[in-house]
Amino acid sequence: MKAEVKELPAEIMELQMGPSHPATHGTIKFNLKLEGEKVRECDVEVGFLHRGFDKSCEQATWTQVIPYTDRLNYASSLINNVGYAMTVEKLIGAETPPRCQYIRVIISELARIYDHLTCCGMASSELGAITAGFYMIEARELITRIVEQLTGARLTVTYVRIGGVKHDLPDGFAESVTRTFKTTRKLLDDCDRLLSRNRIFLDRLSNVGVISQETALDYCLTGPILRATGIGYDVRKAFPYLVYDQLDFEVPVGTRGDNYDRFICRIREIEQSMKIVEQALAQLPVGPVWIDDPHFVLPEKEKVYNSIEGLMHHFKIIMEGIHVPEGETYFAVEGGNGELGFYIVSDGGGRPYRIRVRPPCFIAMGAFHQMIKGYMVADIVPTFGMVNMIGGECDR
Amino acid sequence: MAESSQLETIQRALGAKVIEMLRPQGDDVVMLDRSGLRQSFLTLKKEPELDFDFLSDITAVDYWERKEPRFEIVYQILSRARRARIRIRVPVPESDLSVESLTPIWRGANFMEREVWDLFGIRFIDHPDLRRVLLYDEFRGHPLRKDYPVNLTQPRVPERKIDGTFVDERSHNKLMRLKKSLGSKN
Repeated sequence: MKAEVKELPAEIMELQMGPSHPATHGTIKFNLKLEGEKVRECDVEVGFLHRGFDKSCEQATWTQVIPYTDRLNYASSLINNVGYAMTVEKLIGAETPPRCQYIRVIISELARIYDHLTCCGMASSELGAITAGFYMIEARELITRIVEQLTGARLTVTYVRIGGVKHDLPDGFAESVTRTFKTTRKLLDDCDRLLSRNRIFLDRLSNVGVISQETALDYCLTGPILRATGIGYDVRKAFPYLVYDQLDFEVPVGTRGDNYDRFICRIREIEQSMKIVEQALAQLPVGPVWIDDPHFVLPEKEKVYNSIEGLMHHFKIIMEGIHVPEGETYFAVEGGNGELGFYIVSDGGGRPYRIRVRPPCFIAMGAFHQMIKGYMVADIVPTFGMVNMIGGECDR
Repeated sequence: MAESSQLETIQRALGAKVIEMLRPQGDDVVMLDRSGLRQSFLTLKKEPELDFDFLSDITAVDYWERKEPRFEIVYQILSRARRARIRIRVPVPESDLSVESLTPIWRGANFMEREVWDLFGIRFIDHPDLRRVLLYDEFRGHPLRKDYPVNLTQPRVPERKIDGTFVDERSHNKLMRLKKSLGSKN
């Protein structure tokens, strides 16, 4: 055969991928400019799930905002609850009791495991590894059952309150966590053997969607995407909150900043999270789970039903809302996808004046065109999968 | 404490650009003048003693009928090496709603500034692509302003023209037939 390469006609074709595409879990539109199959430009259109989170929060009392935060990143709603409650507590100047702090660590890490399992499971099944995807979904289902046992809900939990958590851990919680983690570890081990050295999986992920350290910082990326480039920025380590400084865990980092490193970072973070939960359960102190301040805490039901003062107290808190002192603050926790920050302005009334969420995956979508530039159309699927865009959080 | 010395260093580096320095709830807050804003941020980023190399967030607050100037743009930046956060607040009067864009310093500011433009209607000078991001182009007004009523409904938007884009004739014809049978005008 002659080694003569014929130039293919390089006409730029415009293609609109989305807003509802079977391979992208989430409503998002990519306006692509293609040269053959190569992506020359990618304009990301978000906002299909915009429902005015900020505006709705301004109408609600401080406690009524908690259900709204569930619906941000619905794969890790417990972390959103914790982040919001802690920001308001910072504004109040209250510190929760140690048992509450440990419980918050446990639920945050359970939510992180759930989030990473969702992301990795979906991404692998989109690439054809349905079996591995199902294994991860099975592991996720076990985590959901723990969450259900704890909060009574599977997805929109509304478990954390300002000044505490709704109720203490149920009986036999530690045992069910131990049992679940045993199965989860086995399932993850299976997935590891199925995927980590699988030729097809490696070819689809490695050296795709590469982003350098400088570019990642330039685009304000956080979470597994930043850590895959080798920068170990994690809010839990950089600005420790709750009792993370008393727990022993590592922050896994990658080397190349491609999709495979992101995948491995997430899988290794699941292991670290399980380690944290086990440590926190072993160290769990005894004590109350609420702050001792009647301004923010609802009275006991017995008092509400049997005394006029208790009923009035209950009525005031429910109808007027708690009163948060005037001021503004910013507080960030490490969410499933990166730094989840809340900026809250209070005017001293029963309702927040302004609530802003720093959504990690919205900012990651701002860098998506950089990640995908020069790669194939088919590479959008794994790259988008590893960004883990959650519509509820991205579009708010 | 290290935090207060951080504010002193900023005062020394930025001089007259600093309007006020606050410490609410233990956070360091600096009110900055909007003239030469990009240069101020460049100083904050490049000054070795400050080293604020990471932009965390950009948002705005509307203090309608409460405060003058009406708007404030709020930047959260942090130094990874020194493990320090700082909040920069920039007042913007209603008469001239514009500030310099930070996209030349951090490209990630692109989406965040587009969001502020979308929801508050504050323009960013030298922004490469200032379009709406969360809402659609035909949306009227900027919903996070305090004078935008919560229950306001938006007018129906006519269908966009499809000239110039590829149309699958079969599905298009089917759509047209469907519209005809339903008696739709547009």
